[in-house]
Amino acid sequence: MTFNLTVSPDFAPDHISGWYFFNTWLQRQLETGIHLELYDSFEAQRNDIRADKFDLIYANPYDASMLVRELGFQAIARPASKSDETVIAVNAESGFQTVEDLKAGARIATTDDPDVHTMGMIMLESADLDKSNTEIKEHSSYIVVAKNLLNGGADAGFFLKEAYDEMSDLIRSKMRVLVSSQISVVHHSLLVGPRMAEYIPAIQQAMLTMQDNEKGKSVLESMDVSHWEPMDSEQTEFMIDLIDTLID
Amino acid sequence: MSEQDTGEVRNVEIKYFDGTARTAAITDREVPYPDGKLIVSRTDPQGIITHANQAFIDMSGYSEEELIGINHYILRHPDMPAIAFKGLWDTIDQGTKWNGYVKNLRKDGAYYWVKATVIPNIRNGKLVGYTSVRRKPSRSKIEESEALYKTLLAEE
Ligand SMILES: Cc1cc2nc3c(=O)[nH]c(=O)nc-3n(C[C@H](O)[C@H](O)[C@H](O)COP(=O)(O)O)c2cc1C
Repeated sequence: MTFNLTVSPDFAPDHISGWYFFNTWLQRQLETGIHLELYDSFEAQRNDIRADKFDLIYANPYDASMLVRELGFQAIARPASKSDETVIAVNAESGFQTVEDLKAGARIATTDDPDVHTMGMIMLESADLDKSNTEIKEHSSYIVVAKNLLNGGADAGFFLKEAYDEMSDLIRSKMRVLVSSQISVVHHSLLVGPRMAEYIPAIQQAMLTMQDNEKGKSVLESMDVSHWEPMDSEQTEFMIDLIDTLID
Repeated sequence: MSEQDTGEVRNVEIKYFDGTARTAAITDREVPYPDGKLIVSRTDPQGIITHANQAFIDMSGYSEEELIGINHYILRHPDMPAIAFKGLWDTIDQGTKWNGYVKNLRKDGAYYWVKATVIPNIRNGKLVGYTSVRRKPSRSKIEESEALYKTLLAEE
């Protein structure tokens, strides 16, 4: 039997090959076939997840909620010291110094990344802004969001902090961060579906020790992950409860 | 900082639903909500604190040891009308999510406003506790709430 793995589309493009290395490594550890399928769009991926196509998913926290509560997945590991934070940035030359300087009618550039969009909208609330009094435009990537800030097409943009930090120095020098979230308990995780449940002990054992051998270590480096930390069901439920408080 | 702040200190007796009371020195000074942070705590089904994150500790002024095992009413500000919390408990007792604006009392007597959400934590169909997540409220919502709570308090 071949299982199916997919990865949340919000990771930086440089790490795509890392996921192919990871998949090859995991298949060797488990001695079973796993097919890796990548997506550009959160929406298309979510449709396939709902159609029960996947057994193994590296998911953003928002999707983790659906996977655990509706589809019976179990979170087993998270990348060490990596949490999902959101940045609201503006053009460096704009007059906006704080979020509260943004006014009704503000043009917001965002992506279809559900976590980042949700957190971005929450951070706008303190300026009395919401979807009814802003012009929100969804773009295909964070680079396009940045371009819109640089060319004046948008007043403020939402970024995954990791993606913002990985942008070129030149682009970053033309933007300014208004606010950056510091939540730390919301993060990506690797989840295993019901069909693959019997492999959980083996997957966890292999992933939690992969930094101890040369092969595993080089795979981790290519993914820009130092090591994996275990997740138990209570940690997962806590994260999902927290996300529940953030969505209406 | 709110424009009405006077920095004045007054001693107020705060009575809790469980019959206990304490006298607190209340300072009319607002501590601004930290940008980008969420203040998170969890309780058991009775409302006793089982977890508080660093932002909760920093903003309330209490240590983690002081917070774990006590009721959230330690943060109850005398400017908050009882009916606001009745609304909270009635809502979460029904298993639903509650949202509201709350003026909280710090250990040092100053205050901070939050937009709070409380949800019941259900595990295998059973209530195991509650999670509360607070975020930064807008100035206009704080002003609306100040006016509303003043009216409600006067009616108590
Ligand atoms: C999860 C949770 C979080 C709460 N957070 C607060 C809080 O931040 N501030 C507060 O005054 N009361 C909070 N409460 C309500 C208190 O338990 C209490 O009802 C309230 O302070 C009023 O005190 P009283 O019931 O003794 O009148 C919270 C309750 C729950 C269940």
